[in-house]
Amino acid sequence: MRILAIDSSGQTASVAIWEDGVTLAEFSIHAKKTHSQTLLPMMEAVREMTELDMETVDAVAVTSGPGSFTGLRIGSAAAKGFGFALSKPIIPVPTLEGLAYNLYGTDLAVCPLMDARRNQTYTGIYEFIKKDGTCEFDMNIIKGQCAVPIEDILAACNKLDRGVIFLGDGVPVFQKEIEEMITVPCSYAPAHMNRQRAAAVAALAARYYEQGKAQTAAEYKPEYLRLSQAERERREHEGASG
Amino acid sequence: MRERLEEDRETLILAIESSCDETAAAVVKNGREVLSNIIYSQIELHTIYGGVVPEIASRKHIEKINQVVQAALDQAGKKLTEITAIAVTYGPGLVGPLLIGVSFAKALSFASGIPLVGVHHIEGHISANYIEHKELEPPFACLVASGGHSHLVVVKDYGEYEVIGRTRDDAAGEAFDKVARAIGLGYPGGPKIDKVSREGNPDAIRFPRAKVVESAYDFSFSGLKSAVLNYLNDCRMRGEEIVQADVAASFQKAVVEVLVEHSMMAVREYGFRKFAIAGGVASNSSLREAFVEACREEGIEFYYPSPVFCTDNAAMIGTAGYYEFKRGVRHGYDLNAVPNLRLGE
Repeated sequence: MRILAIDSSGQTASVAIWEDGVTLAEFSIHAKKTHSQTLLPMMEAVREMTELDMETVDAVAVTSGPGSFTGLRIGSAAAKGFGFALSKPIIPVPTLEGLAYNLYGTDLAVCPLMDARRNQTYTGIYEFIKKDGTCEFDMNIIKGQCAVPIEDILAACNKLDRGVIFLGDGVPVFQKEIEEMITVPCSYAPAHMNRQRAAAVAALAARYYEQGKAQTAAEYKPEYLRLSQAERERREHEGASG
Repeated sequence: MRERLEEDRETLILAIESSCDETAAAVVKNGREVLSNIIYSQIELHTIYGGVVPEIASRKHIEKINQVVQAALDQAGKKLTEITAIAVTYGPGLVGPLLIGVSFAKALSFASGIPLVGVHHIEGHISANYIEHKELEPPFACLVASGGHSHLVVVKDYGEYEVIGRTRDDAAGEAFDKVARAIGLGYPGGPKIDKVSREGNPDAIRFPRAKVVESAYDFSFSGLKSAVLNYLNDCRMRGEEIVQADVAASFQKAVVEVLVEHSMMAVREYGFRKFAIAGGVASNSSLREAFVEACREEGIEFYYPSPVFCTDNAAMIGTAGYYEFKRGVRHGYDLNAVPNLRLGE
């Protein structure tokens, strides 16, 4: 099976090609250019180097949110375009799950943090549980992805009674709060695994595909975890007046 | 990219447009024959906000784009593999909405090997005139008036444009929306003012016709909009009755007069024998009637698209994309959305 994976949910743009447990190619960029300018040229470089025939791709994996609204849509529109042209399914991978999967196999609790602005973080808590009689792990969701104040997720980590490893672009943003509040042993993921990586998205997507979590390109849409500002303000206004 | 032999095949453009609040796709054959023209309008979603909300529009575009493009191919009876080139609007417009069409079109081109042609939205509006007027060829002059644009354009050749007049503040359609809101008609203002004006007296109130001193072809509509708001305030302060239809008709007449006058001035100055209108405001019945009359007086040909090709649609992008494709225009996978893209530069 061959999966083409895309992540443009944060500041890093990343593409990968996965084939039967091997990453054939991965290209990540964390720079100033917009995802709209980088994502497809990166894909072109990867295609050229691997001499990939797009018709042989079985599914397109994409981080489905949360994240930057525009970033999510650039990746999602590209995935939907690939799916349309190739008549292949899309495997949506929730952003925080894809991020946590970077640390596959750790016995620490994994807490990805993304800067969600407005005094919140997109986060969740994950763990890897060894499957009986095998050398494989399943990722278990302790706390599903959500948008909450940093204090809330740190309080949840403190209740775990085990070490926690943080990763994501929220780490530098919330480092002060983490170090002030955390009471369990804590660590940070190193540079080669502390941002979104399409190879991890692809590997997790392969699991989700087996579990039947693929969608058609037409039905797939990103999950923002948040309303638009206009909808939010309108609801607040309605709540206040009604 | 593989390019099909053009001599022995029909040229089919698959066009995608998502610059504002319509998700649209079309298949156009040999530049002027529209095989399909699918428009998913979000207007009802935005009505409660009194205008287009970019984030809501973007979210809806990504939900609908596959279905709209599929419907365009199905209705045309064509498969993606039969398409010669993919045309997509890359500006001007709202950046979030534009990015959906651009990102989708790039991926489509990437995965299928079909060449990609980025199209200027205004060029699309102008090209809408080619669809129903098979005899129309450049050069001609064109007034493009819509919710986001008011341009007086010299169409020198296919793909060659010179903007000789533009709005200094509000677009014509924007003024319609703002005035419609002020007199309680709501959004979208253009069609509502057009309709209610038929019951009103266009000479009831004399609103100002703004001129831009240093540039005769430029427009300014914010002064007119303020004059309407001031008039409404004065009436309310004096306790006088506001006749909605009269205000609408008088405002509309002021806009129409300015648009017609500037256009005819350009026609005379440049010696054009052909004049066209385009954009959402071009479907305004009063504007059409005024131009029919003015062009008859000047003794020149007048062209205008049917309403469905005036408002945002992908057929017009397909037509413009065809001529850009024929000129050899191709875009790469780094094509980006350009919200303030200029025409003819």
